[in-house]
Amino acid sequence: MASRNSDFASPTRRGLIALGAGAALGLGRATSGFAQARPPASPRGQVVAGISQEPTVFNPLMPGSEVDQGVWWQVFSPLWYIDPQGKLVADLAREVPSLENGGLSADGLVWKVKLRSDAKWHDGTPFTAEDVKYTLDLINNPGFRVRNRVGHGLVRDIRVVAPDEIHWRMESAYSPYLSILALTFIVPRHILEKASDPNTAPFNSAPVGTGPFRWGERVAGDHILLQANPAYHGQGPHLERIVFKYIPDLTMLYTQFRTGQVDYLGLSGISAHFVREAQSLRGRKVSLSPTAFVEHIALNLEYGPFAEKAVREALYLAMNKQARIDALYYGLPVPTESFLPQQSWAYADKLPVHRHDPAKANALLDAAGWVRGPDGIRAKAGVRLEFTNSTTVGNPGREQSQQLLAQDWQAVGAAMRISNMPAAVIWGEFWQKSKFQSVMVGSNFMQGSDPDVTPRFSSKAIPAKGGSGLNTCQYQNAEVDTLLAQGATQFDQAARKATYGRIQQIIRDDLALLPIYQTVMAEGLKDGLQGFAANINCSSNCWNMRSWYWAS
Amino acid sequence: MGRYLLQRLGQCLLLLALVSMIGFAILHLAPGGPLSQFALSSQMSQEDLDRITRQLGLDRPLLAQYLDWLWRMLRGDWGLSFRDGAPVSAVIGSHLRATFELMAVSTVIAIGLGCWIGILGAVRRYSLFDTLATIGAMVALSIPTFWFGLIAIYLFSVQLGWLPAGNRQTIGDGSPLDLLHHLIAPALVLALVETAIWARFMRSAMLEVIGQDYIRTARAKGLPERQVLRGHATRNALLPMITLAGLQFPTLLGGALVTETVFTWPGMGRLFLDSIEYRDYPVVMGILMFSAVMVLLGSLLADMLYAVADPRIRMG
Repeated sequence: MASRNSDFASPTRRGLIALGAGAALGLGRATSGFAQARPPASPRGQVVAGISQEPTVFNPLMPGSEVDQGVWWQVFSPLWYIDPQGKLVADLAREVPSLENGGLSADGLVWKVKLRSDAKWHDGTPFTAEDVKYTLDLINNPGFRVRNRVGHGLVRDIRVVAPDEIHWRMESAYSPYLSILALTFIVPRHILEKASDPNTAPFNSAPVGTGPFRWGERVAGDHILLQANPAYHGQGPHLERIVFKYIPDLTMLYTQFRTGQVDYLGLSGISAHFVREAQSLRGRKVSLSPTAFVEHIALNLEYGPFAEKAVREALYLAMNKQARIDALYYGLPVPTESFLPQQSWAYADKLPVHRHDPAKANALLDAAGWVRGPDGIRAKAGVRLEFTNSTTVGNPGREQSQQLLAQDWQAVGAAMRISNMPAAVIWGEFWQKSKFQSVMVGSNFMQGSDPDVTPRFSSKAIPAKGGSGLNTCQYQNAEVDTLLAQGATQFDQAARKATYGRIQQIIRDDLALLPIYQTVMAEGLKDGLQGFAANINCSSNCWNMRSWYWAS
Repeated sequence: MGRYLLQRLGQCLLLLALVSMIGFAILHLAPGGPLSQFALSSQMSQEDLDRITRQLGLDRPLLAQYLDWLWRMLRGDWGLSFRDGAPVSAVIGSHLRATFELMAVSTVIAIGLGCWIGILGAVRRYSLFDTLATIGAMVALSIPTFWFGLIAIYLFSVQLGWLPAGNRQTIGDGSPLDLLHHLIAPALVLALVETAIWARFMRSAMLEVIGQDYIRTARAKGLPERQVLRGHATRNALLPMITLAGLQFPTLLGGALVTETVFTWPGMGRLFLDSIEYRDYPVVMGILMFSAVMVLLGSLLADMLYAVADPRIRMG
């Protein structure tokens, strides 16, 4: 059952404290942010949130980035959301449908969702089940530029039973849909249905939602101003205004946080080399929050040497993870063995821990028949242990990391040549169609906050082989395929945890990717700003700005 | 004059057509596209990206896309921004004011200060002032604008706290005084290079004029030096400056691009950079054409004014 609490893995917290990271906020069970104080009786004050990308997409169903989602969380509401502990919490729905409350049928095909009857759109129109139906229909409208239809495409026979109740049938059971709906914001039917083309509706630049803040103004290229919604159906908001201030240069962004023009520096976070200084600033606090992104070396498993497991194991043993974390990222990231973040309820914490052991790596390669040539590079049956590694040009951390990696692997007789490209090139066909040999990349493997990794590891999800998905490493494992199919149709969280735990074990054992670390984001807050709670299950730590307030 | 004007307008139209073709081709042939930012998103698959590419019409042949854009452009429809779905004309319009504020103030500072330094440098040739002005101009021209910007922020905002560290206004304020307070640093930084250019050109022009026979005649007639300089030398030396003013527009635009980024100034420069980064083709093309028109107009206007100011110049 998805609405059950699950413990966060403690090693992350311990690791951060060991790294001298100060208050590792956002990692605890009850992530209450900072010192407790009472919220004001009525909304008071404003928060200026500094961000390095400009939010430009205000229709929450269209393709948008994390910064856009930061705005969506304020203006719109989902049926339910996922709190920092991974628990589903009802929002526009009265309760989260489950097997226990009859919201989900035993086979997972019939969904019955009861809705709040006290929620209103910002223009005063009552929110009803018709809005939910319209949203799901719009997502499946072929002419609409929707972000994606994963899960939504399975919805059939939507019936509005009452203004506060909606039923539908799924073509096949799909448990991640609970998480997908937690990141699906409901849009107003009464406004959007009047538009001749929902892709270009005026609503898209002046949105109307049911969220805690109403659309105020947008000064393009500068800021977005949101006003408190006094008729909000939930708790809060406690602030009169929220300003999303766009400051593209990270150094300038930090400078304005330092000089006090920015109250909260988030979304992109404080650059690693500023973190220590930021922690020592008077009147400022730094929150170190793990993200769902896992930095790893993606190997093209169809490329000669990488097809052999011994080679992958040797390369992993030869990699000095900790040196990179300490030297290049100031000790902030957390070493990991999984593709899932350690805060996910499905995270497997018993995976073998990586050791930097070049001697063992050499022994492994010797045993596997990889013989060193006169230039020190190994070869086997005429195939040299030589490959390229690519990443995005202009990312100094990754570029330096590659240098270290090339040295590590040179020591065991593997030649890594760096071949970097602009983002637009590398993540195009080169990546999508598996034309790379190895790539250094940070990825969020989850579907929203669900551990279903079918698009990443299913043998049917290899684009280079005509599949549909993101399995660009071309990983194929029959047992994983079976487990993925099983996990996506299970609705009991304990059972799913076991399924995805096993998947993580297999992926770690196969070394389908070489995991390096889970990224940690440093966000800055002014003293006195209360209510901040990092939430890895949402795409933005602005998810609960309705709960933010200034301590008197 | 009329025939010359028509000839020049024809050249301008031809140039604009070339700019649009080359700009459109380079922009679209560059790797990536407006959806490449989502290539790594776990929420979007390649199928989603392909579907949206088709919906945006980006899968059509380049020539068809260009002709479609051109036809709409000629009818006054600049298209919609890929980033926020707003009309391109509105997007550009919303950023224009900030850029013109910055450019106007810095131009006034640069012309006033630059001409004064140039004239004084020429009159007191090889004096300490002239030497210092020359060195200062070389330093201003050699060091990148962004460095001056960063130093200004570090000094006046971080260390002294006198000026805000960027932005155009305090959100929720926007009074003229607040705007001015925010404008000081970026306008001075942008004016720095311009001042150096104006000073150097003015000094050269002034030196040339001072050596002319009619200046010697004026002095021989016993006119006071102040009157000689003001009435005869400066007015004539200012003539080439008219051309410079027209030709400085692209330089100013380029400088604004950097200054706006450093000072988080919500103007055209930053919009241009952002639009290129996101491959927002309609907006990039809109800015490109707008800038081209402005540059050509500036140059045309400079030529016209030169002819008006100097009766010896004959057009055609």
